[in-house]
Amino acid sequence: MTTTADRILLGHGSGGKLMHDLIREVMVREFGGRGKLLDSAILKFPSQNLAFTTDSYVVRPLFFPGGDIGKLAVSGTINDLSVVGARPLFLSCGLIIEEGLEMSVLQKVIRSMQRTAQKAGVRIVTGDTKVVEKGSCDGLFVNTAGVGYAERFFDEEIRVGDEIVVSGTVGDHGMAILAAREDFGLETTLRSDCAPLNGLVQTLKPCFSKIRLMRDPTRGGLATVLNEFVEGTNHGILLDEERIPTKKAVRALSELLGLDPLYVANEGRVVIVCAEGTGEKLVSLMRKHPLGKQSVVIGKVVTDYPGKLCMTTQAGGTRILDMLVSDQLPRIC
Amino acid sequence: MKFVEEFRNKEIAAGLIRRIEESLGGRQVSLMEVCGTHTMAIQRFGLRSLLPKNLKLLSGPGCPVCVTPNELVDLAIAYAMKQGVILATFGDMAKVPGSSTSLLKAKAAGGRVQIVYSTMDAVKLAEENPDKQIVFFGIGFETTAPTIAAAILQAEQNGLRNFFVVTAAKTIPLAMEALLQGEVRIDGFICPGHVSVIIGSNAYRHIAEGYHAPCIITGFEPLDILQAAEMLVQQVRDGRADVENQYSRVVHEDGNAAARGILEKVFEARDANWRGIGVIPGTGLGIRSEYARFDAQVQIPVETEKTVENKLCICGLVLKGAKEPTDCRLFAKRCTPENPVGACMVSGEGACAAYYKYH
Repeated sequence: MTTTADRILLGHGSGGKLMHDLIREVMVREFGGRGKLLDSAILKFPSQNLAFTTDSYVVRPLFFPGGDIGKLAVSGTINDLSVVGARPLFLSCGLIIEEGLEMSVLQKVIRSMQRTAQKAGVRIVTGDTKVVEKGSCDGLFVNTAGVGYAERFFDEEIRVGDEIVVSGTVGDHGMAILAAREDFGLETTLRSDCAPLNGLVQTLKPCFSKIRLMRDPTRGGLATVLNEFVEGTNHGILLDEERIPTKKAVRALSELLGLDPLYVANEGRVVIVCAEGTGEKLVSLMRKHPLGKQSVVIGKVVTDYPGKLCMTTQAGGTRILDMLVSDQLPRIC
Repeated sequence: MKFVEEFRNKEIAAGLIRRIEESLGGRQVSLMEVCGTHTMAIQRFGLRSLLPKNLKLLSGPGCPVCVTPNELVDLAIAYAMKQGVILATFGDMAKVPGSSTSLLKAKAAGGRVQIVYSTMDAVKLAEENPDKQIVFFGIGFETTAPTIAAAILQAEQNGLRNFFVVTAAKTIPLAMEALLQGEVRIDGFICPGHVSVIIGSNAYRHIAEGYHAPCIITGFEPLDILQAAEMLVQQVRDGRADVENQYSRVVHEDGNAAARGILEKVFEARDANWRGIGVIPGTGLGIRSEYARFDAQVQIPVETEKTVENKLCICGLVLKGAKEPTDCRLFAKRCTPENPVGACMVSGEGACAAYYKYH
């Protein structure tokens, strides 16, 4: 039995028996592969309206409070499909593994991927495994691609009066990772919000026709996504800072480090632009789902500030929330 | 959050603004915030949009990144490119353009630049790389300077022979005096909160008395800043020029004696070149001869390129409060946070970056 090896060897990606056994005994067994292994998964697809997406995951550390790279890789791709209105069905799993990775770590990640997919009602049906020399990657990188279907996708122009809804607290994922990774000497209770959102999005089905756009605000956070919504349009978005939900620990760590939670990544939240007067209805539907308990209307599309995202601050002033150039850096003085 | 959110209350803010308007009457008043963190807070909470039009807030030279002149950026770049040296720097400094390139670009071209979050990270870097010379680019005001001094003392205690500092550290009060002697009308100062924690409120007495310029030390929350503005406007109305401490929950009259102690132990006053303002006597912090073995410029000679300044950039005038960022022909056109021409567009606390980001 080759998987009794403690660590991944270069040979596990060589195309020979080592790889064959690894795929059979770890991946196929966990993901529940059926029958003969062909070069492609051959699947029955229920619709002609197909959504297709891919994403790569290089998070460090591999395991963090609230999740791990496997859960993240499955949730992330499910979410990219869900927010265009699609029901995700099938995923692929591409692995790039660093020579020397502990076998138990790989098994744990694969198990987590399967658990997440199963819970979301999605199947992992194809994959690929490569092993690179020690030092050529950082432990484990994962790529997932996914397909889903819908009768109608969310792809409309935003209009003045439209309302902005967010499904919960912002900045949790990025701050949890930061706290787990950097040697700040801080203990926090922060957990990543990482979760598949297809269930939450489907609770909105009665209101699908009222939804103009939906996104999961990952890298760049809420402010970056909303900037993308208004960029190049003739209207602006005005948020109310007091309404935007943030966890106390996120706010505290942000203050300490000089970061802005509105620009920090989320992995289990959606932000929605919906027709005027429908925000509260969406909120009441989402609050019935465990991942949408803190849903709230946070702002609206306005005629002022064309092309810009603005916010009424806690102190009552108004400011612009611009697109960030690159990562936020902690303050220096 | 305790001691944060109480200071962001909308109703109290509205009350303060009403009182500022009353005290102002019809007067035109110009106040300068000297600290970059105040500049950021004013923008972040949209305070300008709340204040009456006849109260002008000028942004002073309070960002240590912004006031570091090209020649020192060029020097840091020369160290980064030197064989056997790792240049350790705070993140913002890496993006500042020097005469022909920046530390970040020098890094891409093969230079060794390590971004650190604290001075002690630079000491640790020296411990971990005994075969390399670590040169720390020591920028900052009285707030950061004691940590640079502490790093030097720590390196001495640990017997490190490979830790060096390029000091670009500066002190604030004499620079405020220099600004009062300039052409810009300043009716009062919003004094820096963090700096004052170290130097104490008494450090501003000679400014208030000698130049009849009211000084209020304040914190960084909206109510702090608005209350400071109210106190300043009242002083202007009453013809007073006192030092008042709005930030008494943090700042004491004499400051932090321990921090000042190590500052004085390691550093001595020198003349310093401030970007765009020029040399202000006695505002630099040079390493004393007793600690010369940690002084990069003494121990590791390097050749630097000829200093070139962009003639169109008005960072200097912005830092003095003579111009606003939006007065600059380069602002938001050739000079953006992605592609900065002047340092004020680089740092998170630079006036141009703050205007760009929040305006």
